[in-house]
This record gives sequence, structure tokens and C-alpha cells, in this order.
Amino acid sequence: MKLVQYLYGIADNALILGQRLGELCGHGPNLETDIAMTNISLDLLGQTRSYYQYAAQILGGDATEDTIAFLRSEREYKNVLLVEQPNTDFAYSIGRQFLFDVYHLLLLQELQLSQDETLSAIAKKCIKEVQYHTRFSSDWIKRLGDGTPESKERMQNAINDLWTFTDELFHQTEADQAMVSEGIGVDVTKLKDNYYQKINEILIESTLAIPEMKYFQKGGKHGIHTEHMGYLLADMQYMQRTFPNMTW
Amino acid sequence: MKNWPLWEVFVRSKNGLEHRHCGSLHASDATMALENARDVYTRRMEGVSIWVVPSSAITASNPDNNGEFFEPAKDKAYRHPTFYELPEELKHM
Amino acid sequence: MEANIAELEAEFERKIANDEKIEPKDWMPEKYRKTHIRQISQHAHSEIVGMLPEGNWITRAPSLRRKVALLAKVQDEAGHGLYLYSACETLGISREELYDQLHSGEAKYSSIFNYPTVTWADMGAIGWLVDGAAIINQVPLTATSYGPYARAMVRVCKEESFHQRQGFEIMLTLCNGTPEQKAMAQDALNRWWWPSMMMLGPTDAESVHTEQSMKWKLKRKTNDELRQQFVDQTVPQADLLGLTIPDPDLKWNEDRKSYDYGDMDWEEFWQVVKGHGPCNKVRMDARRNAWDKGKWVRDAAMAYAEKQDKLETA
Repeated sequence: MKLVQYLYGIADNALILGQRLGELCGHGPNLETDIAMTNISLDLLGQTRSYYQYAAQILGGDATEDTIAFLRSEREYKNVLLVEQPNTDFAYSIGRQFLFDVYHLLLLQELQLSQDETLSAIAKKCIKEVQYHTRFSSDWIKRLGDGTPESKERMQNAINDLWTFTDELFHQTEADQAMVSEGIGVDVTKLKDNYYQKINEILIESTLAIPEMKYFQKGGKHGIHTEHMGYLLADMQYMQRTFPNMTW
Repeated sequence: MKNWPLWEVFVRSKNGLEHRHCGSLHASDATMALENARDVYTRRMEGVSIWVVPSSAITASNPDNNGEFFEPAKDKAYRHPTFYELPEELKHM
Repeated sequence: MEANIAELEAEFERKIANDEKIEPKDWMPEKYRKTHIRQISQHAHSEIVGMLPEGNWITRAPSLRRKVALLAKVQDEAGHGLYLYSACETLGISREELYDQLHSGEAKYSSIFNYPTVTWADMGAIGWLVDGAAIINQVPLTATSYGPYARAMVRVCKEESFHQRQGFEIMLTLCNGTPEQKAMAQDALNRWWWPSMMMLGPTDAESVHTEQSMKWKLKRKTNDELRQQFVDQTVPQADLLGLTIPDPDLKWNEDRKSYDYGDMDWEEFWQVVKGHGPCNKVRMDARRNAWDKGKWVRDAAMAYAEKQDKLETA
């Protein structure tokens, strides 16, 4: 069951971020950007399904991708706090995406070497999508960072506010440790230096300041979320909770 | 501030085929035009290669000149194989 | 000069009569251009306003499979809007000008999107009925006289084909589900039936544009013919679902080999067209809001591009 917890740790990030991006569909700054962001959402939800289907197979019984996605309590979701942050404005959505994408790509590069064949295969498929996400969000960070004075200010604010959630990406849970020792999981602590180096490169190129911060927020990996999460779940789980045990 | 300019998108659907015009879109720069083209015009595996060209960079012939441009080719039947009369048995030359 | 215009007009009429396409740089009567800008932009606006009622359920879709299908469908509508705006731009008007017309209320869009989506079954009903009616309207447009519009419609129709199936599958699942689910499906049909019927336009007697539109192949059949086609195609589908179409006058007419149907509440139709539908205001607010809030983003991208250009030429 440690493997299932490990899968949640990866897949819940994709689900919650996919859900957040789904909120934006139809409300983008223009049609082209709207379509692009929706593509990222669709990629992430597709990835979620691959992981959950695998988890459901391990869990057996009545478990399906949907019971996992929709019928857990808030404390059982293991996504990092970063991905549940709201779409305050386009700068936040892009900042959140960028800060996650760079981590996501580093994670998948290692995960494709997993001893677990299924997990390795999923990672290999996802990595191409995430390479594109990273390209997309990095390009936008540069446009907003080095665009107009207003966009620079908004982008800097978003990065400053979201920075506090970055350290958690590199925390190891018990499930992580167990999976790392079995050669299945990725040791995320080892990704940290590379992560900040890549992030900083792009921020500098974008003429943005790298935030200096000593204290970071954490908890998502242990199911202790920010207050935003409850509303996100209330929305996402509405149908399953209101009409239990039905096929849709 | 100016609006995002218009770009023409050409997609090669598979190797061996030419790039074909498939539509247009708006983007602020060439990088974005390429990314937008990928997101807008190749969502259903329509392509293996994309070109984007600023619409303003295209010089088009004027339909008013169609007479002088295209009519003169009409009576040059000798450019086509059917112009030449060959015996039946050589039909497939 | 007079003679010249007459000649151009004759040549234009000849092309139309011969089923030849008109392309952007070809000479065209001003009325043709204006009518096409109006119709194509109205069509484009309908696509992007149409994203909103369905977008309303993306975050609440009841399964991951439904969520990705709905998201992909709403995204397609953005794509269709984009193709159509592009086609319209070839007539010498910018997308921003077209948006201004939409946001100011000057331009119209399909009234059906001014109804609220109140249950999940509405996603099924919209796909089944609204897309069903839209396809009937759209397929003939793939052969319309204006080249860029016809080409955009070929692409739209190709992509559209999964939309109606997506909706019907939702309905079918509901109808094969619990009594509560089936009731939800019936309720959605009750609410969406008449607005879908009215989507095919005013009756022929009331329709002002039909004759001209027929000539330019913006239309191949009259509104009432299209409506009949919609009814005849939809009734057997409702039977298959085990749902009842909310029209007491609906019955098979053996002589016409078609269904007779009841009168529509045209007063409601015109009220919604005039802006008094349940969601006219929220739809427009959402569109304006997205555009206004996106301004700093669009400006930033343009400013960045100009800086990069300067760096390259320096």
C-alpha cells in the first residue's frame, strides 16, 4: 500500500493542477492562450488517470480511478500546496505552472528509471507532455517578467507569494522513503539544487528578482492543505457526493 | 498597445507531404505563434512539422491582374503530354 | 466607372451561379462583404459564448472520463471560434473590432447560450440537441460561396462530430441509470427542447434574410425545412432513450412522412434575442471580464516581443 500512497503523491498533483486549469477554460486572456492552457489541463488529467488506474488495480475491490479521484476526504489527498493555489490572475496561474513544471520534469526524468515497469512507462509517456509545459510556462514567465511595468509587478508578486510553497516539493514522505529504498521511487531531496538553479536562470532572464525566504509552507504531502483545498474539492466532488453510487 | 499580429500556419501532416496552409492565428512573437499553432492546429495528430509566417510578410497576387498573370498559360498546350500525338501502342509513354 | 462596376457584378454573379468560390482579394459587392462579416462573426461569437454554459460544469464533471471529454469539447469551441474569427478577418475587419461589437451588444450570438446549465444532464442535452441542431445548420455551410468560411466550416464539422456523440452518451448513461438520473435527463430535455427548436431561426414567414442567403449559399434550406429535419432526426433518438419530447402536438404524419410539431413561444425567443434571457447579462459579463482582465497580459506579450525585436536588430 506504500506504492499506492506514493502514486497519490504524484497523481494528486496532476489532478489538482488539472482541475485548477480547467477553471480557466473559456476565461483566458485570448483564444489562443485559452486553448493552450486547456491542453495542459488535458495532459495533466490524462496523466492522473494513468496513475489512478494503476493504483486502483493495486487496491483491487471496488476501487476505480473515479473512487480515488472523487471519494477521498481532504486529508487523504497528498498533493503539494503549490498546485491547489487559486487562479488569482494570469500571473499566478503561470507562476504556479512554471514552479511546478520545472519540478515535474526533473521528477519524471528520474521516475522513468523506476524499477516498477508500469510507473516507468507512465513517466516516459508523461515526460514529453511536461517538456512542453515547461517550455510554455517558461516562455510566458519571460514575457510577463520582461513585458510592461504592470506585468512585471504582477509576475513578481505571484512568484513572491508562491515561492513559499516550493520547498515542500523536496520533502520526503514515509511512502517516498520506502519506494526510494525499493528502487521504485525518486529521491526528491536530490532534485532541489537543480530545481532552484533552473528556476533562477529563467527568473534572471525574465528580469525578475529571486525571492529570499527562510520559512516555507508545507503540509500537502501529509494531507494538511491550505483553506483553498476544501472549496476545490467541494466543487470537484459535488456530483459524486450528491448522487452516490451511480454511473455517469 | 498594438494588438497581436496575425500569422499564417502551414502544417506538414506527415513526412513525404508538403506543408499546407491550414489557417491563421494571433501571436505576439514567432515562438508564441509556433506554440499556438501546435496547440490550435495539431490537437488531433494533424502534423509532424509546422511553419508560421507573419501574414504581413506574404505578398499576394492581385486578382485584378489575373488576366495577365494566368490567362497566357492557357494556350500553351505544348507543355502538356496530351499535345503530342503518338501511336496507340505507345499510349503510356 | 459605372460600366466597370456592372461588369464586376456580372462576373461575381456568374461565379456564384457556377458554384465557384469567392476568395478574400476577389471583388465582391459591399453587401456581400457586410453580410458575411455579420454572419461569420455571429457564428464565431456563438462558439465562444457557447463555451460558458458548458464550461460551467468542467470542474464538477462526475468522472474523470467525462471531465476530459467535456474539457476537450469546450476547447474545440474555442478553436472553432478562432477559425471563424480568422475567416472573418479576411474580409478586412480585425478580431479586436469583432470583440468590440460583441462586448458592446451590437453583434448577436445564438440565443440558446443565454439559458442556464443547472444540472449535469444539461451537458448531455446540449451535446445531443444543441449540437444536433448546430450540425444541421453547419453542414451545408461547408459548401458556402465564401472560400475562407467554407474551409473553416469543413474543419469545424470534422471536429464537431464527436460533440453530439459525447452528449448522447451522457444522456444514454443517465437513462440507463437510476430513476433519479433518468428524471434528470427528462428534465434537461424539457428545458432544452424548445430553445433548440428555436435555434434553427424564425419561421420562414418571419425570416428576413433567407432569399439573399440562399443565393449566396449561406443557406441551402429554409429555417422551417431545417427544423423539420431536426425534429425527424431527434424523435427516434428520444424514443431510444425512453424520453418524452415535451410537445403534446408532436405526432407522425403519414402523408408527409414527417412529424408534425406544436407552436413555439416566439415571444420568449424574441425576448431572449433582445437581451432579456436568464443569462444574457452573465454571459456578456464573463466575456467582457475575460477580455478586460487579459489586456495587461496581451500588452505584456506585445511589449516583450517588441523588445526582443529591437535586441535582434541592434
